[in-house]
Amino acid sequence: MRRALLPLAVLAGALLAWQLLGALGLWPGWVFPTPLQIATYLGAAIGDGSIPTAVLVTGRRLLVGYFLGVAVGLPLGFLTARAHLAARTLGVLALGMQALPSVCWVPLALLWFGQTEAAMLCVVVLGTVWSILLATEHGIRNVPPLYLRAARTFGSSGWHALVHVTLPAALPAIVAGMKQGWAFAWRSLMAAEIYVTILTGFGLGHLLHYGRELHALDQVLGVMLVIVLFGLLADRLLFQPIERLLRRRWGLTV
Amino acid sequence: MAWEQELEPVRPVKLVLERVSKSFRSKRGATPALAEVDLTVEEGEVVCLIGPSGCGKSTLLALIAGLEFPDTGRVLVDGVPVTSPGRDRGVMFQEHALFPWLDVLGNVLFGLRLKPGLDSAARREVAKYYLHMVGLLEFAHAHVHELSGGMKQRVALARSLAPNPRVLLMDEPFASLDALTREQLYADLQRIQQTRRRTVVFVTHDVREAVCLGDRVVVLSPNPGRVRQLFEIDLPRPRDPLSLEVARQANDVMAALRSFLEPARSATP
Repeated sequence: MRRALLPLAVLAGALLAWQLLGALGLWPGWVFPTPLQIATYLGAAIGDGSIPTAVLVTGRRLLVGYFLGVAVGLPLGFLTARAHLAARTLGVLALGMQALPSVCWVPLALLWFGQTEAAMLCVVVLGTVWSILLATEHGIRNVPPLYLRAARTFGSSGWHALVHVTLPAALPAIVAGMKQGWAFAWRSLMAAEIYVTILTGFGLGHLLHYGRELHALDQVLGVMLVIVLFGLLADRLLFQPIERLLRRRWGLTV
Repeated sequence: MAWEQELEPVRPVKLVLERVSKSFRSKRGATPALAEVDLTVEEGEVVCLIGPSGCGKSTLLALIAGLEFPDTGRVLVDGVPVTSPGRDRGVMFQEHALFPWLDVLGNVLFGLRLKPGLDSAARREVAKYYLHMVGLLEFAHAHVHELSGGMKQRVALARSLAPNPRVLLMDEPFASLDALTREQLYADLQRIQQTRRRTVVFVTHDVREAVCLGDRVVVLSPNPGRVRQLFEIDLPRPRDPLSLEVARQANDVMAALRSFLEPARSATP
């Protein structure tokens, strides 16, 4: 209790100082909104449903695109780990694409799919898939051969060895890649939403974009706060349980 | 109950190696590991393979396990040539090779799950029986990283024994353990071997270990590996690795091992 109190007091002090600084009226509200203004915006935007809707729209795009990326990246990563030709073609391509900031896919996605959900999906999938692919390849390549030798002495081979030895042995590396993929997907979706207006749904990125158009920095900062909270929550719900399991079982820190 | 049949002692097998040669190809060409090795291990016998590094003793074990195959010659298990790894030959490695994603019981169950004709309740009973045998029943649900080195090797021993193999192949399984733990495991192994005899091939570089555990000690010479000398160890069991009799026999084996170094020494001016 005491340990939580001091940081909270510091935070409250900082907010109060910010509020007082704003109240001095040195800068106009669209340059320097106060915490109260931001809170007012958030209250109104949650009340009229614009933020909850945006969270749902963005969340759906992110989840669908991300899991599609995982579904494509895992088998491709497995292929590059096992097949020489795939490693020297697809593997090299993935390394290159990994170096490409995922927002660079937006122009291509727009030209291919127009201003549609498909374009959004395309950007998220292409932001996710390379990290997953490379992490899976790395994880499977680094499975200690001893595990497979031991498994073979018990009569495990082929599909059984893949499902019961190779994949669980590679799991810590694959989870690390999935976490990195999630971060990339999240960043690329925000970039795409800010950059592209799509009439089928206003996401958080769009609210950010229109906040800028309307010179409403309270809206911009409020939405940024929501984006941060969304990211933290997703990490807690999606990855922390898996990481806790890995720590308990494997006895390692991921 | 049905699972108890699973624990019945199995008839140990006879292993025969006939003029087995094996070399490994690398960028610098073929490196011969074993040259024309002839060796017979009788039913229920414990044979310790000893030799300096590079004598191919681990390769020999891998050939019996079916993890590697000879270039020429044959490896016969009860007269049948080895074509693949099999449940009749359990293997224990120098590193415990336990799977960290399974708990202790799960590791012991791994081989049992691949054995046909057992339902899951029977498998659990069998696994628990072997965990009890190595004194780790209360750690059934512990994770691998929570165990000490000696406990990990005990689990590995239980895991190798669980499918009831007819041969146990052990590749320096105690090399990385401290002296005290090792001594306990010698006692465990001799006790288990006395209650139900299996054919055991045990690879080591420790002379006392070889004499303590083996009915016979086979000395291999290096580059490439050949069988150089055989020692019958006719001491009562259980043997203590620090006893005088073991030390005396170990001296003879050591002398044989030293003889490989002599030509190399005299060659250097």
